[in-house]
Amino acid sequence: MIRVVLPQHLRTLARVGSEVNIDVPGQVTQRSVIDALVAVYPMLGGTIRDYATDERRPFLRFFACAEDLSHESPDAPLPDAVASGAEPFIILGAIAGG
Amino acid sequence: MSKVRVLVGTRKGAFVLTSDGKREKWDISGPHFAGWEIYHLKGSPVDPNRIYLSQSSGWHGQLVQRSNDGGQTWETVGNKFVYDGVPGTHQWYDGKPHPWEFKRVWHMEPSLKDADTVYAGVEDAALFRSTDGGKEWQELPGLRGHGTGPRWQPGAGGMCLHTIVQDPTNPGRMYIAISAAGAFRTDDGGANWRPINKGLHSEYIPEPTAEVGHCVHRIAMHGSRPNTLFMQKHWDVMRTDNAGDSWQEVSGNLPTDFGFVIDVHAHEPETIYVVPIKSDAFHFPLDGQLRVYRSRTGGNEWEPLTKGLPQSDCYVNVLRDAMAVDSLDKCGVYFGTTGGQVYASADAGDSWNPIVRDLPSVLSVEVQTLA
Repeated sequence: MIRVVLPQHLRTLARVGSEVNIDVPGQVTQRSVIDALVAVYPMLGGTIRDYATDERRPFLRFFACAEDLSHESPDAPLPDAVASGAEPFIILGAIAGG
Repeated sequence: MSKVRVLVGTRKGAFVLTSDGKREKWDISGPHFAGWEIYHLKGSPVDPNRIYLSQSSGWHGQLVQRSNDGGQTWETVGNKFVYDGVPGTHQWYDGKPHPWEFKRVWHMEPSLKDADTVYAGVEDAALFRSTDGGKEWQELPGLRGHGTGPRWQPGAGGMCLHTIVQDPTNPGRMYIAISAAGAFRTDDGGANWRPINKGLHSEYIPEPTAEVGHCVHRIAMHGSRPNTLFMQKHWDVMRTDNAGDSWQEVSGNLPTDFGFVIDVHAHEPETIYVVPIKSDAFHFPLDGQLRVYRSRTGGNEWEPLTKGLPQSDCYVNVLRDAMAVDSLDKCGVYFGTTGGQVYASADAGDSWNPIVRDLPSVLSVEVQTLA
């Protein structure tokens, strides 16, 4: 199981706690994790990646194992610790505005 | 006994305000979707418990919510707004071509005939329609594609399609307005469109009487006179009596004719309301006095309505989607401010009371009159 930490508003939207566990078939990448997340919680569609560009929304960041992975390729494998479930994949709302 | 439900969209959530027909005591429900910008929510005239809501944020983009029980519970529905075909370009602020990019839904307009059909006016300006209760959305591409689209340009608030008016007597006819492109009409259910801006004069654009480029802020219609429309333009209050083929200015004795909202009395099609704002450089009322102006003559002759409204030190704005009327007798008039007040008049504007005073900045107000 892959652990995913969601920002506050997406927890409320999906009616879940701060962390969800999801099955990710195949290689564990940003893309496959988010695809699996949206498949389980369809109300999150379009809230993490823009529908038109399929890119990460600019005010969100992806972290894991104390590293900022936001600018990594969406198809690059995530760290082994994420794939094993030891560490979560963190979707974080950027601090912005005032 | 009749009941009134006021639907309020704010910068930080939605609120549902309900009262009986006296409109004296109000129950406040909310915030729904706390922390999100709720540009607009509106109930279906076919099924008043069916409400469509536009929810957005800079972090997470656009969502659409639907309620089937009058706003008590909500269901997330479709949010995939993809322009038809190659989106093309419009003009940017500097006059250069800029690609169409979806940003948010400004306005939800449920169909007059079918509770599962709803229109969405979006930024960058386009019109979308869902026929399955908001699950799937399709653009009506004839609007952007009729020819003038590449000349449209954003107003200060973005290039938004913010007004959708359906003709209750003619299912094929609909009007929309875009800042800053102007007003447009379809006569065939949205397949084909044409600009209807003849008679508008906008000194702030290179060609003041251009076919498109006018910053229309709001259009209102009384259902019994579908060929008569009233418009609050950036500057100027206008009317047409031929479905937009030509417009005449009816600003008359208004102290300033800049403003955003305009609406029509539910039972008197020549009684209209505006909230004059000092100017586009200030975006607050003249002299710190919040005044609704009413014309009982379809424009030109206006009277200030001040009873119950702050007449000193008031510097709020009233945004384009933030006025509505109920259909009780006497007609109720409602508007919300950027200061978080929602004012109501149960006597057609003669006197006003705040229903709530301290909401987040109000983006939209709609009213449902319930049996």
